[in-house]
Amino acid sequence: MAVQDYIRKRFFPHIWCAGCGHGTVLNALLRSVEALGLSKDELVMVSGIGCSARISGYVDFHTLHTLHGRALAFATGVKMGRPDLKIICPLGDGDALAIGGNHFIHAARRNIDVTTIVLNNQIYGMTGGQFSPLSGCDVNATTAPYANIDPAFDTVNLATASGATFVARTTTFHVHELEKYLTRAIAHRGFSVVEVLSQCPTHFGRRNNQSDAVEMLDHFRQQTVARGAKRSRERPDLMQRGIFVEEERPEYCEQYDALVAKASAAGNGTNNGGAAS
Amino acid sequence: MVKTQENYVAARTVDEISVNAEWCKRCGLCVAYCPKRVFDQDAFGRVIAARVADCIGCELCERLCPDLAITLLPERAVAHG
Repeated sequence: MAVQDYIRKRFFPHIWCAGCGHGTVLNALLRSVEALGLSKDELVMVSGIGCSARISGYVDFHTLHTLHGRALAFATGVKMGRPDLKIICPLGDGDALAIGGNHFIHAARRNIDVTTIVLNNQIYGMTGGQFSPLSGCDVNATTAPYANIDPAFDTVNLATASGATFVARTTTFHVHELEKYLTRAIAHRGFSVVEVLSQCPTHFGRRNNQSDAVEMLDHFRQQTVARGAKRSRERPDLMQRGIFVEEERPEYCEQYDALVAKASAAGNGTNNGGAAS
Repeated sequence: MVKTQENYVAARTVDEISVNAEWCKRCGLCVAYCPKRVFDQDAFGRVIAARVADCIGCELCERLCPDLAITLLPERAVAHG
C-alpha cells in the first residue's frame, strides 16, 4: 500500500499550522507502518488532547481520540482486551508528561506493549502557547513572558527509569532516523517510547527567536548529536539522539495471561469444595 | 541560507514531482532543504518543482513535508520486512 492509502484523505488538508512538525511525524509514522507491512485493521491509535492528538483523526486505523493525558489508560484497556492488536499512542509533551505523567510512568513500569510517541514541541500549542514540563529554562511562553524558570523533564531518562524497554529520541529534521526508530518501536514487544523534537513555529518559534520551520529544523540539526558520535563527547551540552534502551522484559498482557492460566489450572480453591452452588 | 541535510541518499529515478497545492501550506521546508534545489516558490509562495531533472530521488522533500503534499513519481515499491 502507498503511504496515502493509510490516511483519511477527506480530512485533508490537516488543521496543523504551516511548517508544524507533527505533520512530519505523521508522514514518518505512515512510512513505518508501510515498511512493516501492517494492515489498517491490526493497528489502533489512541490519542489524548492537543495538537498532537489530532493525528488520530487522520490515520485510517482503528482510532480513539480520548481525554487529556489519559490516552495510555485507554490504550491499556484496548491492549488488555485485544492483545493481538498493535497500539500506537501519539502524545504531546503536556499530554504525556504533565497531566498524563502518572499514566506514562506506570504504563512504562508495567511494560505493556504500547508504542508511545512523545511529540515534544516544548509548548501547549492548541491553547495558545503556555509552557509545558518539557519547555525548559529560559524559554519564552505566554505564561512565562519573562522566560521560564522551570527545568524540563528529560523524557529519555524518565522513560528509562520508569521501566520502558525501548527508548529513543530524534527530531523532525532527522526524517530517516525518525522512520527507523518508529519502525523499531512498533516492532518492539513491550512499552516503547520515541521522543520526537517537533517544531511549533506558531507558538514556540515566534516567541523564541526562531522565525519559521526552516530555522527551527536548522536549530534541531545544530543542537542535537547522534549518541556515541565523537562529537557527542566533544559537546556534552548538545542533546543526544539515538536508541537509549532496547531490552527484553516480560510484557504485561503475557504476564496476565500466564496468571489466568495458572489460576485456572489450580481450580477454584478449597472454599466451596467443588460443590454445585 | 541553511545547510542542506548531509546524509541524504540518492535512491531512485524520478520522472515527476507532484505537489498537492490543496494540501501544501507553503512552509518552505522542501525549498530550503532539497540538496539539489529542485523547488522554487512563486510570488504567492506556491511551491513549484522547477528543476525535476536535477532530482536525485533522496526523498527528503517527501519525508520532510508536514502536509504530505509531495509525491515523487513513479511511486516507490516498498520491500516489506
